[in-house]
Amino acid sequence: MRKSKLTKLTKGIVLLLLTAMMSGCKDMVVLNSKGPIGRSEAELIYVSFGLMLIVVLPVFVMTFWFAIRYRDSNKKATYKPNWAHSNKIEFVVWTVPIIIIVILSFLTWKSTKELDPYKPIESNVKPLEVDVISLDWNWLFVYPEDSVATLNELVIESGRPVSFRLTSQTVMTSFFIPQLGSQMYAMAGMRTRLNLMADVPGTYMGRNLEYSGNGYHKMNFKVLAKTPEDFKAWLKTAKTTSDTLTMAQYEEISKPKAGHPVKVYASIVPDLFDKVMAPFMDWMNCHEMKMDGCSHEGACECSDKQMDKCHDKTGCECPDMKKDSPEMGKSCHDMDNKKMEDNK
Amino acid sequence: MIFGKLQLSDIPYDNPVIAGALASSTILALVIIGLITYYKKWGYLWKEWLTSVDHKKIGMMYIIFSLVMLLRGFADGIMMRAQQAMAVGDNQGYLPSHHYDQIFGAHGTIMIIFFAMPFMVGLMNLVIPQQIGARDVAFPVLNSISLWLTAAGGALMMISLGVGEFSNTGWTGIAPLFEKAFNPGVGVDYWMWAFQIAGVGTTLAGVNFIVTIIKMRAPGMTLMKMPLFTWTTIITNVLMVLSFPVITAALALLACDRYLDMHFFTNELGGNMMLWNNLFWMWGHPEVYIVILPAFGVYSEVVATYSRKKLFGYKSLVWATAAIMLLSFTVWLHHYFTMGNTTDVNTFFGITTMMIAIPTGVKIYDWLFTMYRGRITFSVPMYWTMGFFVTFVVGGMTGVLMAIPAADFVVHNSLFLIAHFHNMLIPGVLYGYMAGYNYWFPKVTGFKLNEKWGKLSFWGWAVGFMVAFYPLYILGFMGMPRRISHYDNPEWQPYLIVAAIGTLIIGFGIFATLVQLFLSIKDRKKNLDTTGDPWNARTLEWSTASPTPEYNFAVIPHVKELDDFMRMKEDGTAYKQPEKYFDIMMPKNKPYGPLVGAFTIAFGFAIVWYIWWLVIVSLIAIIALVIVMSFDDDMEYIIPAEEVKRQEDLHFEKLAIAMAQSDNK
Repeated sequence: MRKSKLTKLTKGIVLLLLTAMMSGCKDMVVLNSKGPIGRSEAELIYVSFGLMLIVVLPVFVMTFWFAIRYRDSNKKATYKPNWAHSNKIEFVVWTVPIIIIVILSFLTWKSTKELDPYKPIESNVKPLEVDVISLDWNWLFVYPEDSVATLNELVIESGRPVSFRLTSQTVMTSFFIPQLGSQMYAMAGMRTRLNLMADVPGTYMGRNLEYSGNGYHKMNFKVLAKTPEDFKAWLKTAKTTSDTLTMAQYEEISKPKAGHPVKVYASIVPDLFDKVMAPFMDWMNCHEMKMDGCSHEGACECSDKQMDKCHDKTGCECPDMKKDSPEMGKSCHDMDNKKMEDNK
Repeated sequence: MIFGKLQLSDIPYDNPVIAGALASSTILALVIIGLITYYKKWGYLWKEWLTSVDHKKIGMMYIIFSLVMLLRGFADGIMMRAQQAMAVGDNQGYLPSHHYDQIFGAHGTIMIIFFAMPFMVGLMNLVIPQQIGARDVAFPVLNSISLWLTAAGGALMMISLGVGEFSNTGWTGIAPLFEKAFNPGVGVDYWMWAFQIAGVGTTLAGVNFIVTIIKMRAPGMTLMKMPLFTWTTIITNVLMVLSFPVITAALALLACDRYLDMHFFTNELGGNMMLWNNLFWMWGHPEVYIVILPAFGVYSEVVATYSRKKLFGYKSLVWATAAIMLLSFTVWLHHYFTMGNTTDVNTFFGITTMMIAIPTGVKIYDWLFTMYRGRITFSVPMYWTMGFFVTFVVGGMTGVLMAIPAADFVVHNSLFLIAHFHNMLIPGVLYGYMAGYNYWFPKVTGFKLNEKWGKLSFWGWAVGFMVAFYPLYILGFMGMPRRISHYDNPEWQPYLIVAAIGTLIIGFGIFATLVQLFLSIKDRKKNLDTTGDPWNARTLEWSTASPTPEYNFAVIPHVKELDDFMRMKEDGTAYKQPEKYFDIMMPKNKPYGPLVGAFTIAFGFAIVWYIWWLVIVSLIAIIALVIVMSFDDDMEYIIPAEEVKRQEDLHFEKLAIAMAQSDNK
């Protein structure tokens, strides 16, 4: 009688734990990704966990086994007080971790290249370009191709890669949509990039992960991934809304305040992203270069030679600048160092 | 003018949470001061303790200070957990974000700079000279100054609680948020100067201990005959001396930004926030190993002693420690893989980070094989050590995981990270220090700690740690960021409630530690250690009386082997009284340490509040004190041979009785 009660109880507990774990899995949005980048990253986490268990599990077993076996009261166990060296054991405890780390290093090398946030996602569809501007404590999303913008809500198209450019009007923040993968810092006067994609339509959460002051905890936004048709429809309605993003309006929303309501702007200031970056690059004359007709991509990312061209104010076109080539990663100060040397 | 920026309204008496904390700590301080005055102990305290240059007393003061700071840091921790357990949706919790945001910074700064560091330097002070057969550290007065600089930093932290505010930019400092443009208040200044002052103290301590270990070892103790705790200590001190100047410089640059309007870490005029990150973590990552390596040293001593066996793979352990020292300087960038750098940079720092796992893994296996074929006694230090084995490897695993840049992209800055580094620092640092505290306590005081409450305190920590921090791993995968004072996702709340309960269990662990100390002092007559070697241990510090006489060794031992005291016990040369004793010259107590400390507090407080006259006065006073000190010739006193003989005879009498008793058993 008692036994069956006990079994029932155990069964109940196991069931409860299982449900908790299952529901936990669903809630673990990072591991339950809705895009290719996030999925690969989740896989990477599983694989490396598995590999590391090879070193970790024996530690659990040996700790308890040795503790029980060689306890003081167990006089049957062998006692060798002066045994303190064994080449065999030393060989094993050095080589096994080394092999595992070599494998993991290879995995690191491969995955870092593959999952480089700057690398465009391969797709037949042309990526959607979104400029992310981080404000105190709101997110502004600008769609330069369609000349619309949104505040605190990101609308994207499922099945189509999104190519983000990020910068900040104020302190450093980190832009993260857990269910789509990688996060990326947004910094004033600098431009970072991030490529993500949602496979399926849905609503996801996005937020800032880098503490940025009083309103930090409210600095989150919804991501609406829409089907291509819905996205087109949304763009159309967006263009007919009454709000427009003028420079005055921009200055208004960039004042420190948390939790502005979601807004859609029917028109934008041209090259807003560059204009946000420009004041921080004053000291290196970057904005002048742009004013002189440098390409939309930002003059500061031209190669050194083209920089020289920029200086004589003929404007630079950066003809051989391949999109997303490693040089693209260079930020303004690489160039600045060069310039400083020149000035010397 | 006289008070700088300081106004009466800067004292937050209108905030019930702060006012409560303030009132209780003031009352406690008044009670202590009152008791000292009532028992007329001020003179004794000043002469025998505050001005002491005896490394054992300095070590004890370090540890008492760090335990007090642990209570404050833990209070901060439990406040954060309580806030997050309730602040979901419409419930705003009990802390406004402005207050919450100061607490996480205070918690981190206190736990690293004012709990872990002083506890570690305290242990080093207690043990190192005795373990290498020396009578004191190389520079005893400098040692006292190091202590009082650390204490001055801690005092500034405590003052920030009641006067003004603390920094809201975390213990790491967040550029450019900590700049004047975004943070005009005094909080960042408090953090910066408390950190800076304690850091200078630590650098000085590092210099002191490197010289002590290099120059003052007993004859015959070659490098490869040094006990492992001595090894990990010297390596830690090398790390300290190499890395602390980086943070000192970085904080000085920040001071230039905040006080002189310069632009090192600002957004404008060529300032670069990533410069701060680089500088901070160039110190910050070695710092992790600075606090962890001495704990590894403690585990090495404890596991060999309680397994009654030689340490397995001594050479391997020494080389592994040295490897960790070198590698720790090559990994700093893994703290910000997400800044948009190239894949080559990320790959390099990812792989170097993983490489640290190799020597660390080797160490754990060497300790396990020390237990193998031993005769293990499960005393309290052994509990902490075994608890460390099983929990630390989990943290190691999540650490290697975060070393893979692409995996880090999804868990960086989330609660997963918080779980990871607490998983490193609680088992890797705190468990080790607690093991060392229980292990060396009888050596310092002459009586053992209560075993029952010691074990209860271990269980409180071990269970509480798992309950408090494992849910955070899950929350990290659920996308919950660190440092938020309020959230809207109700799915997170159950895990946060569990974590808060875990913190309460840890609270029981801390309570048990205090009860253990209280009961042990109360019943000290029952737990006296009359032999000087209560654990049948292996290294030199156990060859003297407990508590160790002020001169440590009546005769400096000649070392022949690793674990030389064990060798002496085995070949019967231990416990032989020499025929003749000699006069011993010891350093005299000097007031320079506490005086420098007092003026440093004045300096720190004055510069935080722009009280310029006091800044100048206290700076001049500090410089003058150092000059006076360097002309002071009266630095030593002699303990006559008869006095040494009297103390040693007493010890050997007690020892004879104790040995006779154990023979009868």
